[in-house]
Amino acid sequence: MHELSIAQNIVEIVRERVPEKDLPEVSLVRLTIGDLAGVVCDSLEFCYGVITTHTALENSKLKIDRIPARVFCHTCQTVSSTEPSFLLCPACGSADVKLESGTELCVSEIELHARPTEVT
Amino acid sequence: MSVITIERKILEKNDELARHNRELFARLGIFVLNMVSAPGSGKTSILERTLERIKDTTRVAVIEGDVQTDLDAQRVSKYNIPTVQIVTRGGCHLEANLVKDALQNLDLSTIDLLIIENVGNLVCPANYDLGEAVKVVVLSTTEGEDKPLKYPGMFRNASVLIINKIDLLPYVNTNIESLKQNAFQINPSLKVFETSCTTQAGIAEWCDWLGQETDSRKPV
Repeated sequence: MHELSIAQNIVEIVRERVPEKDLPEVSLVRLTIGDLAGVVCDSLEFCYGVITTHTALENSKLKIDRIPARVFCHTCQTVSSTEPSFLLCPACGSADVKLESGTELCVSEIELHARPTEVT
Repeated sequence: MSVITIERKILEKNDELARHNRELFARLGIFVLNMVSAPGSGKTSILERTLERIKDTTRVAVIEGDVQTDLDAQRVSKYNIPTVQIVTRGGCHLEANLVKDALQNLDLSTIDLLIIENVGNLVCPANYDLGEAVKVVVLSTTEGEDKPLKYPGMFRNASVLIINKIDLLPYVNTNIESLKQNAFQINPSLKVFETSCTTQAGIAEWCDWLGQETDSRKPV
């Protein structure tokens, strides 16, 4: 249920980056979320929808790019994708590994509609 | 359409506050633990057994995190040590700002060891750095050997695993060797203690380690 807290942090980041008057133009907030970040994407999208309702960000949506867990093995010098429940080297079983990806929890992009042309 | 590329960490505010907390603890030479586990694994009982042993030799304080009630703070305050209760009122984890606020109620110049007992939850607290030196995950034998595989985030971020309630091993289907193997599959560098708060098994070893780590951080 910490997805609500994460959604609030996303809204704060968007509000810091986009001028107040342009907030209704935000169409998409793109996130990068690793498989080890412990975030339920459906729940995050739901929470984001709830807290942006009746706000300037009401028309914006989340787009989530999932990143798999990957480990670099110091023993066999390979990078492999792996399951979050197995963080040893899937190729040789070595425990001498470094996590290369999977813990990401970032806002990567904010998309805005073109500013409407003012009718004179 | 226009696109703003930003690459900002969603929890950067929490990370920033945690960094401040960590710098403060390092400057004052305070060893800080963040104890995490599922509800009912025995965090508070371990804390009680620990305080019984170390309170006369170590200047220790406790921050208790719970969704409701100050029952844990009441249990811990019997040992006459500084205790602060954080009630999250529904929040499923502690965040760095809550710890920062709680520190206002402690005289940090009189503390060498601070133990933060997080809200019982094996998912959410994994994402929130509090500024601790060490995250300690407690798993009791009644919870089953598969939990490290089901909640890898928590076991990957921890440095210490306490397997609690080992006195119940004859009565449950948990194989402690498989449990450890599962934990090492997620985090090969975990330091493991096996404890029972009923028989006191393993509590002395845990407290010895705690004492050594606390002493190593004291300002010279």
